[in-house]
Amino acid sequence: MLDLLWLLPVLPLAGFVLVGLLGSRMPKGAVSAIACGTVLLAFLLSLGCFAGLVSLPEHERVHRNDLGEWIGPLQVSWSFTLDPLSGVMILIVTGVGLLIHIYSIGYMGEEPGYWRYFAYLNLFMAMMLTLVLGSSLPLLFIGWEGVGLCSYLLIGFFYDKTDCADAGRKAFIVNRIGDASFILGMLLAWSAFGGTFDIAEILQRAPDVALSSPGTVIAIAMLLFGGACGKSAQIPLYIWLPDAMAGPTPVSALIHAATMVTAGVYMVVRMSPLYVLAPGALATVAIIGAATALVAATIAMAQDDIKKVLAYSTISQLGYMFMAAGAGAFGAAIFHLTTHAFFKALLFLGSGAVIHALRGEQDMQKMGGLKRHLPRTFWCFAAGWVAIAGVPLTSGFFSKDEILYRAYLQAPGLWVAGIAGALMTAIYMTRLMGLTFFGRSRVPEQQAHHLHEPPATMMLALAVLAVLSIAGGWIGMPASWFGPSPFELWLHPVLAGPESVMAVEHASGETILMIVSSLVALAGIGLGYYIWVVKPDLPAKIALSLGGVYRAVKGKLYVDEAYDDLVVQPYYALSRLMGRFDTWAVDGLVNGAGAALETSGHVLKLFHSGFVRNYALFYLVGAAAIVWFLVGR
Amino acid sequence: MSAREMLFYADAIVAVMTAAMVILHRNPVVCALSLVLHLCSMAVFFLLLDASFLFAVQIILYAGAIMVLFLFVVMLLDPGGEGVAGRIGKVQLGATLAAAVLLLAGVARLLPGLAGAGAPEGAVLPPGFGQAGDLGRELFTDYLLPFEIASILLLVAMIGALYMGRKETS
Amino acid sequence: MIPLGAVLLVSAVLFLMGAVGVLIRRSALVIFMSIELMLNAANLAFVGTSRHLGSIDGQVFAFFVMTVAAAEAAVGLAIIIALFRRRKTTDVDQVSFLKW
Repeated sequence: MLDLLWLLPVLPLAGFVLVGLLGSRMPKGAVSAIACGTVLLAFLLSLGCFAGLVSLPEHERVHRNDLGEWIGPLQVSWSFTLDPLSGVMILIVTGVGLLIHIYSIGYMGEEPGYWRYFAYLNLFMAMMLTLVLGSSLPLLFIGWEGVGLCSYLLIGFFYDKTDCADAGRKAFIVNRIGDASFILGMLLAWSAFGGTFDIAEILQRAPDVALSSPGTVIAIAMLLFGGACGKSAQIPLYIWLPDAMAGPTPVSALIHAATMVTAGVYMVVRMSPLYVLAPGALATVAIIGAATALVAATIAMAQDDIKKVLAYSTISQLGYMFMAAGAGAFGAAIFHLTTHAFFKALLFLGSGAVIHALRGEQDMQKMGGLKRHLPRTFWCFAAGWVAIAGVPLTSGFFSKDEILYRAYLQAPGLWVAGIAGALMTAIYMTRLMGLTFFGRSRVPEQQAHHLHEPPATMMLALAVLAVLSIAGGWIGMPASWFGPSPFELWLHPVLAGPESVMAVEHASGETILMIVSSLVALAGIGLGYYIWVVKPDLPAKIALSLGGVYRAVKGKLYVDEAYDDLVVQPYYALSRLMGRFDTWAVDGLVNGAGAALETSGHVLKLFHSGFVRNYALFYLVGAAAIVWFLVGR
Repeated sequence: MSAREMLFYADAIVAVMTAAMVILHRNPVVCALSLVLHLCSMAVFFLLLDASFLFAVQIILYAGAIMVLFLFVVMLLDPGGEGVAGRIGKVQLGATLAAAVLLLAGVARLLPGLAGAGAPEGAVLPPGFGQAGDLGRELFTDYLLPFEIASILLLVAMIGALYMGRKETS
Repeated sequence: MIPLGAVLLVSAVLFLMGAVGVLIRRSALVIFMSIELMLNAANLAFVGTSRHLGSIDGQVFAFFVMTVAAAEAAVGLAIIIALFRRRKTTDVDQVSFLKW
């Protein structure tokens, strides 16, 4: 089974080719069957490969599937590696991916371009799996770029809408900046590690290189992290993610919550032996993660669009993952990645159900009281809500807590940032629930008539993810309770850092912190409920009294505007300048050549006077020239 | 200086003067008649250079036949005089003279090299050199093919001239 | 004996006079006559060299030149007559139809 590893990216790729080429002529059922079928097969294959991996002894759980050479001179080959880390990732990607594919059948059922959507979605799956399974940095980078491409295609799926097209472009361009950093890091690694791109080899040689030139290792780590900032929406490259909400909601769930944006985290964790040797880089990762977590949570508190709240929430939670990685808790980062995939996908899909029921309305100020009309949606949504808020015993509680504890061990300042973010998370999520589901209905008349629960295809995903949001964390329970968790044990051989010293200080300190974070979560929920449900007039008064601060937060801290003034407009000015240069110099050169030829033609034609005597004169001159040539010899 | 040489130089003066008349005089008839004289002086050259057959052919063919043809055409067309001075551009004249001088200078530079070939006094000639029999023998043995082709050339020229000169039927 | 250099020099001078004549006269007939001058100058060079080298080939060549000159004169004059019929002029400047 493990030898079929290469099929994992290939199956959805085949789906992409089939649906892409023939989809416009197929009935919708066929498209759905092929697209979901390939992902289903991939999921089953993932389970099989995972089982295969389990059957191997603990320290040999690495399987490499080599398919032949790609770039000979650089010794890059088509080879995929499965180890515990990528095993976890493929399960998440194919599992959540499968649920979202099925959900999309219901959600996108009425759309023209149905086949195009599924073709892109399949391509995305292929690319993401390549990213996760790639044995070498270039292969990983193919997947990296590929998911960026699919993100662009899917965000701009409704290509005739300007803001969708703009958002797609913005995502791609900002990602490109990160990618440039990644490429530089990749090339630096190649030269520093003796001419190899293979990840296993790089990690093996890392300690030696770190001894001889620590600066290089830090530089490589920082450059690669730069790419992660772009892909995983950290400061300063997060600006594309909120705009990306213009795409269809299942896309937001899959790409911008569960899988693509986690690629940066995956990459850092995969390269953890390298990062551990670059303490400066690790500290930077942690600080940026913490800052992002805090800032994004702040902005989320004042957004009215339900998907924008979830987008900033995603940015914030990604910040938590990077904070964990930066604190050396790579396993905790992956654990949170997993639980986040569950509950964030659930939240997005749930919001999709709400939007679907309201026929496209996304403004929470126009929602309210939907609990009565959409009970099943509400209960599934609630599962995600309590998970993200960190209510005890939910999946999110365990994963977030692990991060907060390890952050505290590394630097208490990180913990403070984390706990503040957790409080705000609880508040804004409760705000979201309050505005959407509780209280008085603010839904306009014509939409209120059509309120209906989502169809079965959509409910399936919601239900499964709801269960996982609650129970999915039970495989990662803290060591101080039951000893090292299955999750920790599973990942331990592949990660670096103090994690390898298992079950060390998980003592009473952890329990105290756990109680604190539980209280914070409940306090946040209570506060949110009070402000937005019990006293619905209060938010407006608070907004008024906070005045400029409130407006700044609601206006996303004017970051986009700042980028526009500092980067975009000067760039446009430069382009215009270059344009003038092009017209003046380059065109001038080309046109000038043409004009010169024309002029020379005008001059030469004067020789054709029609007068025989002139022609004869030229003969004579030529004869004289020949004679003198002979004389010269 | 031998008699031949003196005759040669005298003849050269005649040749040059008649050539100047040809190219400078206004009246084409005068030009044609000057050309006749020039051709006769060329014939004398040939005689002085031991080419007696050519001397005869020159007079018969060139001065006798070709120039008669010329004069026929001149009389037929009656073009009238126009001369050199009429509307010749100074640039054209200047360029022409410059080119001619240039060519002459080049040739003059080449001459010493050329004149060195063979014996300085000229080769010793076999008896009958340049006479009809001598030339005839060459024409019918070594140069038979060019000879035949030349006759075809004359045929072609004849046809061409007939065609070009026919009355136009409109 | 007549020095070869003198013969060739006379030939060159006559040739150039013919060339100048071609270039500065407007009457087609006189141009033709100048061409005959040139041909004869060439003949003189051939004969002179042949005499100097003792080889009869030069005279044979001169013979052929005369033949060709005769043919050329016939055709050329026919052309001039045809042109005169059309344009009523022998002035070569009037027949500059290949002008740009």
